[in-house]
Amino acid sequence: MSTAEDVIMKPGTARQYHTGSWRSRRPEVDKDKCINCLFCWMFCPDNSILVEGGEMKGIKYTHCKGCGICAHQCPKDAIVMVEEGEQ
Amino acid sequence: MKRLAMNGDQAVALSWKQIDPDVVSSYPITPQTIIVETYADYVANGEVGTEYICSESEHSSMSMCIGASAAGARAATATASAGLAYMWEMLYIAASMRLPVVMTVANRALSGPINIHCDHSDAMGARDSGWMQIYAENVQEAYDNSIMSFRIAEDMGVRLPIMNCLDGFIVTHAIESLAPLEDEVVKKFVGDFKPIHPLLDVKSPHSFGPFDMPEYYYEHKYAQQMAMKNALDVVRKVSEEYAEISGRKYDLLECYRCEDADYVAIALGSTAGTMKQVVDDLRAEGHKVGSVKLRLFRPFPFQDVAKVLNGKKGVAVMDRAISFGAAGPLFADVRSAMFDNEARSPSFNYIYGLGGRDVGVEDLKKVFFDMENGNAETVNYLGVKL
Amino acid sequence: MSEKPVRLTEGHRLCAGCAEPIVAKQVMLATDKPVVVANATGCFEVSTSGFPQSAWEVPWIHTAFATTSATISGVESAYRALKRKGKVQEDIRFLAFGGDGATYDIGLQSLSGAIERGHHFMYVCLNNEAYMNTGIQRSSATQLGASTTTCPSGTCIAGKREIPKDLTKIIAAHKLPYAAQASPHNWKDLIAKAAKGFEANGPAFLNVVTPCPRGWRYDSPNTIEMAKLSVETGMWPLYEYENGKWSLTGETKRIAEGKMERRPLQDWLKAQGRFKHLLDPQWKSVVDEIQENVDAGWDELLRLTKQ
Repeated sequence: MSTAEDVIMKPGTARQYHTGSWRSRRPEVDKDKCINCLFCWMFCPDNSILVEGGEMKGIKYTHCKGCGICAHQCPKDAIVMVEEGEQ
Repeated sequence: MKRLAMNGDQAVALSWKQIDPDVVSSYPITPQTIIVETYADYVANGEVGTEYICSESEHSSMSMCIGASAAGARAATATASAGLAYMWEMLYIAASMRLPVVMTVANRALSGPINIHCDHSDAMGARDSGWMQIYAENVQEAYDNSIMSFRIAEDMGVRLPIMNCLDGFIVTHAIESLAPLEDEVVKKFVGDFKPIHPLLDVKSPHSFGPFDMPEYYYEHKYAQQMAMKNALDVVRKVSEEYAEISGRKYDLLECYRCEDADYVAIALGSTAGTMKQVVDDLRAEGHKVGSVKLRLFRPFPFQDVAKVLNGKKGVAVMDRAISFGAAGPLFADVRSAMFDNEARSPSFNYIYGLGGRDVGVEDLKKVFFDMENGNAETVNYLGVKL
Repeated sequence: MSEKPVRLTEGHRLCAGCAEPIVAKQVMLATDKPVVVANATGCFEVSTSGFPQSAWEVPWIHTAFATTSATISGVESAYRALKRKGKVQEDIRFLAFGGDGATYDIGLQSLSGAIERGHHFMYVCLNNEAYMNTGIQRSSATQLGASTTTCPSGTCIAGKREIPKDLTKIIAAHKLPYAAQASPHNWKDLIAKAAKGFEANGPAFLNVVTPCPRGWRYDSPNTIEMAKLSVETGMWPLYEYENGKWSLTGETKRIAEGKMERRPLQDWLKAQGRFKHLLDPQWKSVVDEIQENVDAGWDELLRLTKQ
């Protein structure tokens, strides 16, 4: 039976929805070129740049929508957008 | 506590003082302004710990109550007429968020033309909003209902906002003799506010006010409706508890000499008080009449109303509002309640008192005479000058 | 900063390349204090709170379109009351998000009221210059000459005929402790401003240019670039109003000091589909008027910041 609580939402449950399914292009990272400036992380709208200990570790492909901002903003062109399904 | 000479607005302010809500939002509109002014005096003199916000509009006033209540605070406000109309969308939102906001409504006619006097069109316009509505006959009831409102709204089986309705000017401004309860008694009766997942509990964050797709909306509304259903018993229970501390017994409705009456009139608010005088006068002349004061309008006590009106020779439903293109809003619900009675009585709607048009004892006698003489129409306009 | 707990999670339904979550992230990085958020109806609200999934890891409330500031006023007042009564111990910050529709138009009354009353909260306007959630309709923040669905460019009329409301100045006229304009491309500047806003001794207002790929009609990778362009062309100057004193910041300051050139208006217009029609010589007068208005705003800022 529904109660007064039922219309109040628990935190962070949106993570369960994998927006990565939206992509038609995906970012590929060349770690050799990366200088860990973390601009990609600062500009990612979807928390999809993985960072650990101040280092850019990769892309969270479950949620990355393929917007291309990271590739566009990377000062070292370390990220390129490729068509989904391509290598 | 000794008796006080107070008007309804002052009595409500006094009840708030004794309860000391955490947040009160205020915006002036006749005839409730005295409530927020009186309360402001208490605030200025340090007699309450309330955070008092002078809102810039009623729409914002209600939004503040919603924010405060969701934050985990007990919130109250007051309005009337156009103010209630201005906050209309927020009423639905407060109810849908299951926030037990308490609001006194000084029933006043809706514009236009602009009119500051009593009728029920304001609260009636909000009858579908999900707010409970309780009506006071006089200053004592305004005070008593105000205190009970907090307990009813905050009950864990309810968690719905409530309108404490007082007839504009008639109850709000007329000075009557009030028997208040002691401060400690009121405080104990109302108790502490128990929030559900409050915003200010930052260690346990929750999100209020979701976006519902068709897959979810209906169940949320159904839950509101079930809470309304629970409220019927909660109002009864709270009223019984209140009787223990005050000696004043209240139910969902009050039957005045109606058990053995042939003809009964049912009304909300102060007119139900006038009706008692009408009934006494006519009974003295041998007419078998009675009256019903409906106290709880939302949720509507269909069973109680059907029972008390069962088998009467005629029922007059007094409406101090009109649903244009149909008839009186109270008539619609009362007639609906009566429909399934085995001994279904003829019922007649009396639209009266719009925009504060005065209706007195002599005027109301006509209602009973109409029914007795077979002159009552289905919808009658009592007091209109044609 | 990358170690800080995430306050707005992934999984929200905002468009790919939307600047709103970028701005929100940057704003919320500016304080380590617990934050309670009120949000107006709009893209940001709808996309982060589709029942039963919320992208919010902080307490969050949406009530209606016009009511964000009034709602947060109620929350903040409850905080004051409950803190005084000893029922709340934490030192909490109150944040409100609203789009330009919610802020410049329908919610202006409640924003003004909340600021006038001095509640301690920061209001962040996610300004994408139109009612985007309902499909790109004009607001009073929409740029002169822009094409939206309710002020479309046609053969007779070249899009919006009115100059955008200068809301930041209107808010500053309330003499609140802090107001500023910011852009997500210059995140250092934005975060510094948000930090000041969070610690202001009263209300704070942050107006942020928030490019929208769908509404402005440009490709999604260019969102940050577009924000940068708005500042560099003078369309969206970066400045602060702090305790009565005005100052320029970021690229705007460098342009005013002669350290960099202001980019031509044409760069701005040709980058976005919503201005495409203005490239037609038929509408030269509109382009001139845009330029005049930008120049006038620029001159006014220079006057204010010299005082």
